[in-house]
Amino acid sequence: MRVIQFRDALNEAMNEEMRRDENVYLMGEEVAEYNGAYKVSQGMLDEFGPRRVIDTPIAELGFAGIAVGSAMNGLRPIVEFMTWNFAILAADQIINSAAKMLQMSGGQFNVPIVFRGGNGTAGQLGATHSQSFEAFYAHVPGLKVITPSNPYDAKGLLKAAIRDDNPVVFLESERMYGEKGEVPEGEYVLPIGKANIRRQGSDCTIVSFGKIIKIAEEAAETLAKEGINVEIIDLRTIRPWDEECVINSVKKTNRLLIVEESWPVASIASEITYRVQREAFDYLDAPIKRLTQSDTPFAFSPTLIEEALPHPKDVFDAVKSLMYR
Amino acid sequence: MAKQTKFTKDQYIKWYESMLLMRKFEEKCGQLYIQQKFGGFCHLYIGQEAVVAGTVSGSKKGDKHITAYRDHVHPIGLGMHPKYVMAELYGKSTGCSKGKGGSMHMFSKELNFMGGHGIVGAQIPMGAGIAFGDMYKGNDNVTFCSFGDGAARQGALHETFNMAMVWKIPVVFIIENNNYAMGTSVARTTNVTDMSKIGDSYEMPSESVDGMSVESVHDAIKRASDHCRKGEGPYLLDIRTYRYKGHSMSDPQKYRTKEEVSEWKSKDPLEKVLSAIQDKKYATEKQLEEIKQRVKGLVEEAVTFAEESPFPEASELYKDVYVEENYPFVTD
Repeated sequence: MRVIQFRDALNEAMNEEMRRDENVYLMGEEVAEYNGAYKVSQGMLDEFGPRRVIDTPIAELGFAGIAVGSAMNGLRPIVEFMTWNFAILAADQIINSAAKMLQMSGGQFNVPIVFRGGNGTAGQLGATHSQSFEAFYAHVPGLKVITPSNPYDAKGLLKAAIRDDNPVVFLESERMYGEKGEVPEGEYVLPIGKANIRRQGSDCTIVSFGKIIKIAEEAAETLAKEGINVEIIDLRTIRPWDEECVINSVKKTNRLLIVEESWPVASIASEITYRVQREAFDYLDAPIKRLTQSDTPFAFSPTLIEEALPHPKDVFDAVKSLMYR
Repeated sequence: MAKQTKFTKDQYIKWYESMLLMRKFEEKCGQLYIQQKFGGFCHLYIGQEAVVAGTVSGSKKGDKHITAYRDHVHPIGLGMHPKYVMAELYGKSTGCSKGKGGSMHMFSKELNFMGGHGIVGAQIPMGAGIAFGDMYKGNDNVTFCSFGDGAARQGALHETFNMAMVWKIPVVFIIENNNYAMGTSVARTTNVTDMSKIGDSYEMPSESVDGMSVESVHDAIKRASDHCRKGEGPYLLDIRTYRYKGHSMSDPQKYRTKEEVSEWKSKDPLEKVLSAIQDKKYATEKQLEEIKQRVKGLVEEAVTFAEESPFPEASELYKDVYVEENYPFVTD
């Protein structure tokens, strides 16, 4: 199978959907003439022209609101935020307008829109440029939240997000745009709300999403050498998350570790933990564990970054302790 | 200010009936609210009726309308039977937003009324976005985006005005300038009290309009929307009006004098339309009485309808949150 970059998978998804539906358009900072701050929209201005690929001023609140209004009037915007850190300025339009419009209007106005951009840590960028937003947006009824971890998922899930009639928050990563993976030729769409079992195993379940899932995969190899076979579930969709897949896996392995790139308090890990103790309490052979970023803003110095994020060794140790080994 | 155009007898009668309905509806809302017939907030439009009436008469079918939370009479002005607004205020399932929006969130897709919005100034970019949608589709519809003098201080206005000018979006921005953001006067929040000047730094054409004169509002709306329809971009109207009642029902109004209120009341837009009709002999006293009776009947019908309508079923809680009906909500 051919191998392409994460950014190209996103690019193909947008191109295919824009060819398919005239009402889909892209707007954001540097998306047109600059070909995207991270080159995700490379070549799109040439193909679709300035009517459908639109450079905005630096005005996240304003262009997010314009996109929401256009979605109320029949268009299907894709809004690119250079990173989700900057989208905090647009949170009013995402949370107060897009997420609530359908309900407040008694079902009259839906907002088919995709908000997408880089999410999470990306090296020495300091505290304001290093945040993961899954838990923030998953908290809000009316939104769907997706975090792909590889090019194949990115393409299939972005196409699904663009076709969805609800507002979708789509969380990428600056660090992943250049990563490569197998993506078949031709169209495919992945279902929103379905997790993917990346690795089958019977001893311990690891649930994760986004780029940090790699530390689980790395640790899984080392654990296998010791005869411990972990099952790795990539959530893919954070809201609604695939409870059935996780619960079934825990019922099989009787142990659960959750690996998340963001902070621990009120995290996705917290929500999964609640659900699993409700649905599979009698199946658990050990208390659920989680590995998250430190409960601190993300500092600049490389030594502090090293300390803030979990590593494969931490996953290895956590699984061992869950196994009482 | 430009010379006023001549209006037909029919236009005056329509204005009168529509504005009288707005006034009587809002007076009834105020009474019902005090009687605790419904809860939530209640922001009345009394005194400002010419702004909606002139905007509606100056717009055409296909145009879109969006406003802030003082939104009871916008859908009525656009032709909605007041009973659907009253039922919404009561939180009933027959309301124009199925009892899910309430006082600040009236909607009507059928009438192109894109809401009632509760976050001050949020409708400014949304209004431009609705207009962007029509521009994208290539039709000549215009969006009328209303907000108060208070909302004009939000950063969203700056961002939106800038983009609307760059992209020549066909949106008429209407400041319903009643001089008070709750209890804070325009003069206390800005160094530039002439709000039409807000357009200047974007080179957006703008003008101040007498909001107590429905003819002036109508003419300004025509000028502004013609400009938009020609593809020349947005237009700003600083429509100077006055709300006779408090910001909401709990407002002691210590920020203004009784003299100021009575001075504005002497320029009452509804009285002016009535005088014009009487001066021009457009209607007999009997015909005017018939209008009053009709309006009274509509308001009574609205109250009865709202009182007698059912509240939403409990199952409605999980409807209209997502488009699909099988979304897996977390329920424990």
